[in-house]
Amino acid sequence: MRGFLYVISALAVVALAFWAYQQNYATQQALREVRGLQNDIATQRSRLAVLRAEWAYLNRPDRLRDLAEINFDRLGLLPLMPEQFGLVDQVAYPPEPLLPITDPVETRAGPDTDDEEVQLP
Amino acid sequence: MIRTPLRPLARVLKARQTGENPDAIERENIRLRHEEMRDKARLRAQGRLLVLSVFFLGAFMTVGARMGHLAASEPMEPQARASGSQILAQRADIVDRNGRILATNLETHALYAQPPIMIDKEKAARELAVIFPDLDEKELLEDFTGKRKFLWIKKKLSPEQKQAVHDIGDPGLLFGTREMRLYPNGHLAAHILGGASFGREGVHSAEVIGVAGVESRFDEFLRDPVNEGAPLQLSIDMTVQAAAERVLYGGMKLLNAKGAASVLMDVHTGEIISMVSLPDFDPNIRPRPPTEGEPGDSPLFNRAVQGLYELGSTFKIFTSAQALELGLVNAETMIDTKGPMVVGRHRIRDFRNYGPELSVTNVIVKSSNIGTAHMALDIGAKRQKEFLDSLGFFKPTEVELTEAPGAQPLFPKQWKDISTMTISYGHGISSSPLHLAAGYASLLNGGTKVTPTLLKRVTPQNGPRIVSEETSRISANMLRQVVTKGTASFGEVPGYHVGGKTGTADKPLTNGRGYYDDKVISTFASVFPAHDPKYVLIVTLDEPTETSGPKPRRTAGWTAVPVASEMTRRMAPLLGLRPEIAPAAPAKVTLTSN
Repeated sequence: MRGFLYVISALAVVALAFWAYQQNYATQQALREVRGLQNDIATQRSRLAVLRAEWAYLNRPDRLRDLAEINFDRLGLLPLMPEQFGLVDQVAYPPEPLLPITDPVETRAGPDTDDEEVQLP
Repeated sequence: MIRTPLRPLARVLKARQTGENPDAIERENIRLRHEEMRDKARLRAQGRLLVLSVFFLGAFMTVGARMGHLAASEPMEPQARASGSQILAQRADIVDRNGRILATNLETHALYAQPPIMIDKEKAARELAVIFPDLDEKELLEDFTGKRKFLWIKKKLSPEQKQAVHDIGDPGLLFGTREMRLYPNGHLAAHILGGASFGREGVHSAEVIGVAGVESRFDEFLRDPVNEGAPLQLSIDMTVQAAAERVLYGGMKLLNAKGAASVLMDVHTGEIISMVSLPDFDPNIRPRPPTEGEPGDSPLFNRAVQGLYELGSTFKIFTSAQALELGLVNAETMIDTKGPMVVGRHRIRDFRNYGPELSVTNVIVKSSNIGTAHMALDIGAKRQKEFLDSLGFFKPTEVELTEAPGAQPLFPKQWKDISTMTISYGHGISSSPLHLAAGYASLLNGGTKVTPTLLKRVTPQNGPRIVSEETSRISANMLRQVVTKGTASFGEVPGYHVGGKTGTADKPLTNGRGYYDDKVISTFASVFPAHDPKYVLIVTLDEPTETSGPKPRRTAGWTAVPVASEMTRRMAPLLGLRPEIAPAAPAKVTLTSN
């Protein structure tokens, strides 16, 4: 009985050691991945910062003004002026759609048309 | 264990035979046994003490070693933490009120040389001089061949320049990473942003420090890693600022002015929406402070904050408001305007003769110095001083700029009656356009004090009360009449109900004795919409001349007012104000006796 217990505990120690080593290597692997990812994130962030700076630079008011002037023929952009504010009641209502004709009335064509004459009863 | 008997029979018998006391044997044996036990116990105790001391020694050694390790090792970022809390940049961005970038960082490189490991020094010097035209080949070669082991060549490189230096291929030319401050909008809001430069420099990084404006004032905030890169949000609106700079620059050139300044302020929150000072500079290449000439003429000088000028008749509204507040007059009280008014050896004149008397409203509308002086005399020096103090005219403004505390307004040390009179119409007291903006905002927002600020805020300031709401309303109405029928008739912008007061002051001679005849500071302080004030706009032109007429005209009505009016026309729509028809005064029931 005692010998059996010794064998069991020895096996348990081996198994636990195996598990512990495995966890250790898995952790190291995860840390390596995290480091790589963080490097990637840092690179992407600095890239984002550069792109933001470039976006701000391309959208600087001086440049936009010059572009609006150069492309005035096509775009016709002007500075915002008080006259450009409108009131809601200045906007025309869309024309109402024609009502559907539910009871068509037949009329006799006039004499100036080329229609065939209809003999009325 | 074999115990020795205490009374061994053999010895006892022997002792009995010899007639000795056998008890002595027992006592002797007990004594021996006790000695043995004592020795054993001591040994055990000593052993325990040894173990304990070894344990403590081990524990202290561990703690000591750990402390030493912590003290000596390089700090390391925790790797297993989730990302997001890393320090992203050395310095936080600065953005406008809508989150558009005013200042940000860009990674770049600095170029340095280590002459001992350079291979072909002549070639390196020659090619560097080609890449950077501002470097001198001879000087470079001298540096390379001299005793120096290390030298900086360029602080900031563009990627193209870096590649070109790479292509020289000399191992002694090395790069260090740098973070540089970038102002993508160039000149825009230059005086507010200030600028930045490098502080302590190392090979791998350099400190970026603010040198002026908000960059310097908020230096610690911008560099504090605790904020995790949160940007500094200003109250400036980039679009409005751009429009203001454009129009003001045009006005300055048209009117041949030397300089110009404008301040647009929200009357309730105290936020500065736009602040312009011309001429300006590019904060990316901030010029050095001038060593000669007037510091006030340098582009670095912020006229809106640092410039102290006599702002002239714009002060009259403060006098009339105080007289109204004290109950000395009402808007229709007639004031004596017979001129010239002689006080001691001084004579106070009006621009024109306005007849024997005018109502208070018309004193403001026609801008009568004599009428204002009469009101000021009724108020008295002490009360006038207190009132101007409550509006902040005796202290530097508290706006968040490094330059602000240096702009201490100038006013007479001894406040005589003649000072009371001249100051009532804005002469003899020098303050900045920003002071005037804060004063107008405090007077017209319903009568509570506002402090100008450059940081975005949402709620009104609700400062201490300065004048009653009624006085505030009447003052705004008077200012409106200045535009509709007074000196600022060019100031009308259809739909925005501009009210305002002009001010033209002769510039003092540089030697301090008297004034120039042909150099003025013309100011227009305006508020819109006058029936429900929202914004205050101050425009100041330095030495303007309007030359369309037969004689050059310099009064503010011909110079500052048209510029301010065009600025209002451009900026008000950008601020989201819709042009409207002024509401008519509500019909009132007049109480009469029955």
